Amino acid sequence: MSKLTNLQGNRACVLGAIEAGCRFFAGYPITPSSEIAENMAKELPAVAGTFVQMEDELASMAAVIGASVGGARAMTATSGPGFSLMQENIGYAAMTETPCVIINVMRGGPSTGMPTRPSQADIMQARWGTHGDYSAILLTPWSVGEIYTETQRAFGLSEALRVPVVVAFDESIAHLVESVDLASAVSKKGMIRKKAVGDNKSFAPYAVTDDCIPPMALPGDGFRTHTTGLTHGEDGFPTQEPLAAERAVGRLLEKIRVNQSRIERYESSHCAGADIVIVAYGITARAACLAQEQLQAAGIQCGVFRPQTLWPFPELAFRKSIESAGHVLVPEMNAGQLLVEIQRLAAASDKSVAGLNRIDGENISPSMIVERVEAFLDE
Amino acid sequence: MSKENIPLTNNEDGADNFDIRDYLRLDLFPHFMCPGCGHGIAMRALLWAIHELGIDKNQLAVVSGIGCSGRISAYIDANTFHTTHGRPIAFATGLKLARPDLHVIVVTGDGDCLAIGGNHLIHACRRNLDITCVMLNNETYGMTGGQVSPTTSDDRFTTTTPTGNIEPAFDPCALAEGAGATFVGRELTLQCPSLKNLIREGISHPGFSFIEVLSDCTEIYGRKNDLGESAEMIMKQKSAYRSENYGLEPKEMFQPGTVSTGILHKGDRVEYGESLRSKGPAKT
Repeated sequence: MSKLTNLQGNRACVLGAIEAGCRFFAGYPITPSSEIAENMAKELPAVAGTFVQMEDELASMAAVIGASVGGARAMTATSGPGFSLMQENIGYAAMTETPCVIINVMRGGPSTGMPTRPSQADIMQARWGTHGDYSAILLTPWSVGEIYTETQRAFGLSEALRVPVVVAFDESIAHLVESVDLASAVSKKGMIRKKAVGDNKSFAPYAVTDDCIPPMALPGDGFRTHTTGLTHGEDGFPTQEPLAAERAVGRLLEKIRVNQSRIERYESSHCAGADIVIVAYGITARAACLAQEQLQAAGIQCGVFRPQTLWPFPELAFRKSIESAGHVLVPEMNAGQLLVEIQRLAAASDKSVAGLNRIDGENISPSMIVERVEAFLDE
Repeated sequence: MSKENIPLTNNEDGADNFDIRDYLRLDLFPHFMCPGCGHGIAMRALLWAIHELGIDKNQLAVVSGIGCSGRISAYIDANTFHTTHGRPIAFATGLKLARPDLHVIVVTGDGDCLAIGGNHLIHACRRNLDITCVMLNNETYGMTGGQVSPTTSDDRFTTTTPTGNIEPAFDPCALAEGAGATFVGRELTLQCPSLKNLIREGISHPGFSFIEVLSDCTEIYGRKNDLGESAEMIMKQKSAYRSENYGLEPKEMFQPGTVSTGILHKGDRVEYGESLRSKGPAKT
């Protein structure tokens, strides 16, 4: 039975999070994400959760990690400048393998930029924002309904894989009001944190397991583990021993790689036999789909590849989707960020790759894409 | 200090069955602190207070930041978190809110707590969540080689003040009281039993407790400023501070020519978690 209701994107994010078991939110006001904090302040107490407005984004991210090591499903929400401030502690969450969800409502940048205008310019920051080698997960919903479901999926992935998960959508979807089916709950099967069991004396909190995901001990369980952002051995204590250091960082990368099939999600439409494939995410993918219909009607064989999981990028599926195409177009509201990745993936082929970029705080329209595709095919 | 050399009894009377080894991760010894550093005494006082209060190690969370003070958490046999520079109080805020059943203690330093983490300190004082913050003040960034800190005394030489410090030092206790902390105290590492008592009172206080511990960095700061060996440095601190027998009543914070130790301020605002839980759901 569906439960349809009209929601704003930011509110859908909150309801999705609570549906997924989020019981802790720490944040700091910032346009265009503030409605997430406001809705959390209202909704969390009703489910015995905790909302706290912290003194800045550094504190917000730290408090979220603190709540998560205590066992709570925890998240924060911010926008560009705040996302920049959170990067150090996102690295701490990656290094200590602490589950947490970070919502980044993307606005124009760099710096203060255009706080009320949409953008997709933080996708590389979500991938490479903190220092050091690590693998990030970034989900990029394209509608209010998908914000509701992808926020749920973010919690499941974060808890199951013990990684920080970023959900990024732009200002225009955050403030869009659309019909959402509140019954569209994402399956929670297997999407829980592995709990430490057994003897507390022999427990190694960062032991290597088949799926590269170590079980997590919580305070009060009797394991009394040590958690540090320093490179640590399997026992959790700092090490500078080269082999142990290589294994520790290597496993963080390997964890994402071996679990990629659980993480990746994409839609590939009309790609088989297409002459051109448009690769687009978030709101821009909606323009791409409308453009595809118009192009198809005009006799141009055009497909759309839409990664909902942007990082790790669904490489195999993407390569398959462009098999027949000679052209690949990457429209995005930035100066060409995913474009670089697509060029890398298509480098070994003879395909022609181009971007369609907008950095003026306006959305890319279907007609812009149609015009660019027609020109591209004539080049 | 190797694990064989850890003193078993206290310099008070040793009759309270406190064996510090029950609270340490002995596998990690010898610890990495310099000879003469006051931080080990502070750790001892903290563990002694925990012992006196009968706190279950499984319900104890020790959260530290970065710097020499930050490394203390690893040696304590509890749920320990060595977090990012300046953020242990913010981290502890999330942990305590999610897990009110835990005893949450922050161990931090003057740079961690007052410079990079200063914002979190003042807001934690204002918020009054039940966390005990033990700040080890050695007036310098020892870990990075002895740079000037927010508590470096006037005209002292450090690696980043080669001609003497021109910035006035914070009075951390006055700062904490001004920001609204409901428990503020200060003690020297010279007086481990008094420090233990102060920390015990801080942990028992329902609300945010700020405890400044005057520690000494003999190897770097002391050497650079000709302050002598550890014992000399501590005796110099003693002469500068009005050190009285520990009492429960708050004392005047400032005395001419000296700075007070002991409990310096107590307030009785409602603890944050209690306030939060009393509010209930929002009205629609």
